[in-house]
Amino acid sequence: MKGKRTISKWVVLLLALHAIVIFAGFFAPYDPAEQDRKNPYLPPMRVHFVDAQGHFHARPFVNSLQLREGTFDQYKENTARVLPLSFFVQGPRYRLLGFVPTRLHLFGAENERIYLLGSDSYGRDQLSRFLYGGQVSLLSGLLGAGITLILGLCVGALAGFYGGWRDHLLMRLAELFLALPWLYLLFALRAFLPLAVSPLQAFFLIIAVLGAVGWARPARLFRGVVLSAKERDFVRAARGFGATRGYLLRRHILPEASGVLLTQAAILVPQFVLAEMTLSFLGLGVPEPVPSWGNLLSSLQQYSVLVSYWWMYLPAFIMMPFFLGYLGLGSRLQEYGEPYKIGK
Amino acid sequence: MPYLLRRLGHAVFLLIGVSVLAFLFTVLAPGNYFDEMRLNPQIAPETISALRTQYELDRPLPIRYAHWVSSVVRGDMGFSFAYNSPVAPLLLIRARNTLLLTITAMLLAWGIALPLGVWSAEHQGGVPDRLVSSGTAALMVIPDLALALGLLVIAVKSGWFPAGGMISLSFESLSFLAKIRDLLLHMALPIAALAISVLPLLVRHVRAAVAEVLDAPFLLAAEGHGVSRRTLLYQYALPAAANPLISLFGFSIGTLLSGSLLVEVVMSWPGLGPFLLEAILARDLYVVIGGVLLSTLFLVGGNFLADLLLYWADPRIRTEAGT
Repeated sequence: MKGKRTISKWVVLLLALHAIVIFAGFFAPYDPAEQDRKNPYLPPMRVHFVDAQGHFHARPFVNSLQLREGTFDQYKENTARVLPLSFFVQGPRYRLLGFVPTRLHLFGAENERIYLLGSDSYGRDQLSRFLYGGQVSLLSGLLGAGITLILGLCVGALAGFYGGWRDHLLMRLAELFLALPWLYLLFALRAFLPLAVSPLQAFFLIIAVLGAVGWARPARLFRGVVLSAKERDFVRAARGFGATRGYLLRRHILPEASGVLLTQAAILVPQFVLAEMTLSFLGLGVPEPVPSWGNLLSSLQQYSVLVSYWWMYLPAFIMMPFFLGYLGLGSRLQEYGEPYKIGK
Repeated sequence: MPYLLRRLGHAVFLLIGVSVLAFLFTVLAPGNYFDEMRLNPQIAPETISALRTQYELDRPLPIRYAHWVSSVVRGDMGFSFAYNSPVAPLLLIRARNTLLLTITAMLLAWGIALPLGVWSAEHQGGVPDRLVSSGTAALMVIPDLALALGLLVIAVKSGWFPAGGMISLSFESLSFLAKIRDLLLHMALPIAALAISVLPLLVRHVRAAVAEVLDAPFLLAAEGHGVSRRTLLYQYALPAAANPLISLFGFSIGTLLSGSLLVEVVMSWPGLGPFLLEAILARDLYVVIGGVLLSTLFLVGGNFLADLLLYWADPRIRTEAGT
């Protein structure tokens, strides 16, 4: 069973990555909204093991940054000020998983704030913002995909199982949704919802919009699965024995759809994370000060940031392993037990 | 011909359906363009309600829809509150710019994807195949947004390409050739971003489709007859694999239109993307509906084109339609 093993490899990778984001409070050294107005746009600090004198230190350290003379935004390392990293330190207060109050952080430095990914215009730590932003982006991707799949499953099962005018009506509706390019559809839905909302409302709004946008394609796939499952001998036999429709759907037909469900989930989640990023990037999603992967990148819309502060682009690189994980899992699942073609 | 007629009827149904759907969405809208004015103490409530009446925002939905349809027939597509002008002329200029990007990007992407996919399928399991498949996987992992921003960073750092916009400030004073050069330089980055974002998907599908027909007996026979490898691949195998690819062609238009929306905003290309975003933020209702409808028209048009191609390329469809 080589296929199964590679699938579990991808699952382990994804679980590890998600765990880092779920426990963002622990892995992030600071609160994502905490500002340090004296240090805007600090470049990332390098982690060193060897100091300026060439001595090796077992404990990694960073150097404090100072302005280069004669400039106002060029920094250089101040090798005289060494900030050793300490691990499992007490730092700012946060709630682990949203309810366990604690102050334990994976790493931190005494006396001075450290910025491993640099800081943004308010001097907020980009690393912390990336980790906390992942919570928003990944959760909206996961929940959005969940809603979409449930909707798609219901519609597909209804259309495939009952057939007739219901099938006809639902599939025509699905075609309407498929006839719109998805980003336009997203825009259209977002356009008619309130613009100025609190971050939490915006978050749920986005999830609802995402969930409503994508149901058509999975619905068509599930309809196909249900149609073929309906004609299987054991289903016919069960029907002959007098099984009710609900029982047939629950017991015999929906389990057939589980493979498609999993594959679709692996394909949809990254798409929805991207959709959330797009909306937040354009200012239609989760607003400041709550970080999300989209609004982390949105500062790059300013020309000056793009030119001078290259590290603001780093989050785009660090998020790629997440997409790699989902891509790998999706294609393995497809190869493994998925005779249905994705796309048209 | 009934096949084509049926497809055309379907396209018209989709357009009408989407317009109704877009209007239904507007019922959900909690505010409208004139809400902002209500906060302004200098504007009397009577003026606002007069404006609302003028633009028929207080009429029931079916009547608004009927009026809008008649305005579409007249070629206005409704009225933009923000620009104080009919929507269609505003929209068409932007749509032209968007189409310029998407069509060029599509030609480029397919032009690269076809030979690359065929090459990869020809060497199934070999080094080229692995190179191509790991290359496409690497490209797939890059989010569209990161890709567009990354290209912009490169442009700004290297100075090879202008960073954003469609033409230079001095465009009007340039000679004809210089104008074309200027436009091409501005187009290069958005087109690269768009083409790269759809390329991996296309290459993978071309590879899969061609690989599937390569084992077909008629190809073995042709090979046995000594038909050259090139003819075999491009004149025998590719047309046989065309059916799923033509469907993909329609699908890729949708992806490109969506991608274009984002790329245009990032690279400040004066297309539908920035225009629509602005309209959403201003609650300029008919512009949003017009933009959405126009994008549907492009997609449906593209799909119809795909149907035509399929009809031309696949004899099975023709005979099926004949019976």
